[in-house]
Amino acid sequence: MGNETGTTGQKIIRGIAAAPGIAIGPAYLYTKSVPRVELKPIAPAEIDSEIERLRNAIARSNKELQKILAFAEVKLGHQNARIFEAQIMILGDAILINSIEKRIRDEMKNAEFVVFDEITKYKNLMLAAPDEYMHERAHDVDDIMNRIIRNIQDQKLFSKLEGEAIIVAENLTPADTVIFSRNQVLGYATDLGGVTSHAAIISRSLKIPAVVGLRNATKEIQTGDTIAIDGFAGLIIANPDAATLDILKSKAERFHAFEEQLHGIASLDAETPDHRKIELSANIEFPEEVEFTRLQGSAGIGLYRTESQLIGKSTYPTEEEQYEVYNKVAEGMAPLTVIFRTFDIGGDKVVTEGPHESNPFLGWRGIRVMLDRPELFLTQLRAILRASTRKNVRIMFPMVSKLREIREAKKILQRAKDELTAAGVAFDANIPIGVMIEVPSAAILADQFAAEVDFLSIGTNDLIQYLLAVDRDNSSVSGLFQQFNPAVLRTIKMIVDAGHKRHVWIGMCGEMAGDPLATVLLIGLGLDELSVNPSALPEIKKIIRTVKHRDARRMADHVLSLATEDEIKEYLSSIVRNKVPELPIE
Amino acid sequence: MTERTVTILNRTGLHTRPAAMLVKVAAKFQSEFFIRKDNFEINGKSIIGVMTLAAEQGSTLHLRFEGTDENEAAEAVTSLIERGFDEE
Repeated sequence: MGNETGTTGQKIIRGIAAAPGIAIGPAYLYTKSVPRVELKPIAPAEIDSEIERLRNAIARSNKELQKILAFAEVKLGHQNARIFEAQIMILGDAILINSIEKRIRDEMKNAEFVVFDEITKYKNLMLAAPDEYMHERAHDVDDIMNRIIRNIQDQKLFSKLEGEAIIVAENLTPADTVIFSRNQVLGYATDLGGVTSHAAIISRSLKIPAVVGLRNATKEIQTGDTIAIDGFAGLIIANPDAATLDILKSKAERFHAFEEQLHGIASLDAETPDHRKIELSANIEFPEEVEFTRLQGSAGIGLYRTESQLIGKSTYPTEEEQYEVYNKVAEGMAPLTVIFRTFDIGGDKVVTEGPHESNPFLGWRGIRVMLDRPELFLTQLRAILRASTRKNVRIMFPMVSKLREIREAKKILQRAKDELTAAGVAFDANIPIGVMIEVPSAAILADQFAAEVDFLSIGTNDLIQYLLAVDRDNSSVSGLFQQFNPAVLRTIKMIVDAGHKRHVWIGMCGEMAGDPLATVLLIGLGLDELSVNPSALPEIKKIIRTVKHRDARRMADHVLSLATEDEIKEYLSSIVRNKVPELPIE
Repeated sequence: MTERTVTILNRTGLHTRPAAMLVKVAAKFQSEFFIRKDNFEINGKSIIGVMTLAAEQGSTLHLRFEGTDENEAAEAVTSLIERGFDEE
């Protein structure tokens, strides 16, 4: 995801598309600056008014947090709203407040200094604990301290945010997103991504474009800069020149026109005009996304990333805790199916234990971790099985690279089934199982893998990085990460053909599945299922409903005869431009 | 002064929710209440203090109560901890 500076001084920063839409406006750089706190001695006559300032600030902080809590309960659910409850409890801690007031009185120091000094003591104790959970609580304590100090200083939190703005931040916490959503926010652009998914979910539900994972947007952009955010392409452009603005404006117009056209498509099948039905489903991380997914007209969940539950936790959730979440997702989607991917940890994802690895992508991750921790695996499988009583649940194993891993995983699944049977607990005895094909060895052995399972799902992000030996997060080589590289396309074809020979269906749940440029090609190559970001569902469905399967096959054959990615992209863009001219692509 | 020694039994330890329960129970009594873990003592009626303890499952806490209703307070707090904060 490199940056490009054009001759005109405009700068393109690439990230991950998190919520669709286009906006152009002034940037507001949101840095979590710690309020400046200085020690100022106060006169005896000022003590009472200083304590009054403290009390007012606490009351105001409490009011702010109550509002955020109420909003968060609705938007994020009770579990995620709890962080704000803890902060409110600290505001009501009489022992803490009394000792602050006593120090203001006895030591004759200004309120913000005493608040800072007193709460920092607790924060440092929490940071000294070896426990990740305590470190997060330290952040909560830090948040509440800064809120009180800001209120003492009568500093309005977003005084600088006047009128409309595109928020540029390193990261947005749920609280930030909630507060901002009450202002006139045109878009969100953040340096970090992945874990901030809650911000992405909120952006999507509020229909505000968002791009995450921009890495260094906060360093490149200043408050007041004109920036454009493109929530389709997943990029922002600082100081766009006139030509770019024209392109974006017309793209935005086309998007709005296209959106009008898509109105009503949710209830239609993803079927080609010559009646080839594609299972068009969605990738999700959180149960809160189920509702949006259904509204978008998804045929099911093609990838539920169960490891999202581990975010911010220091221990693995119990079977009961997992069951509660899984059952919510399965129930929310029923009778549509949900593919549960078992914990995919390691690589760039949640690492909870284990030694430091110099090359984590080639290390302890995915199914490797779970097979080395059979007790964790068993717990998760039992929880998933228990959520399968509506017969709409499927299980998928990530990062499989050898046949033995599938067989071992199946053995543990059988053990989970036997235990539940013995305990008289209901589950779907014929639960379909599948594996992700995201390692070259798995692609080459796809026919043998297919003989062991009910379906295969191609994970393009990892497959491409392993196949082309390119870390796309490494800006020196990320330009070599080509999803339309002929080697990638031949590999996809090989997997599809191998799977079909064994009569299993083949899906794709990587980013490529949601790229409108790839849709015709993927249908032509014979994929049975595409699982995409929920916000991309309508446009992909539109393409499927426009191009005949017969034509798509012919086009895919032609693509396979082309030698370079440039030629392939050129050809595919011309097809999309011809067949779906209203689609807002570049 | 009444003193008790207890072990944290619940799986999640003295996390936010149990900490809040503990403070709420202690607040019902007039007695002062202090918790010591290792060589570190905090006021048991302060939520931020109790959160700071980072008391995991298996940790030993020394409780100290001082006041007119110290026996009742000790009884109520000890019982809550020994019941594992009624988790699960």
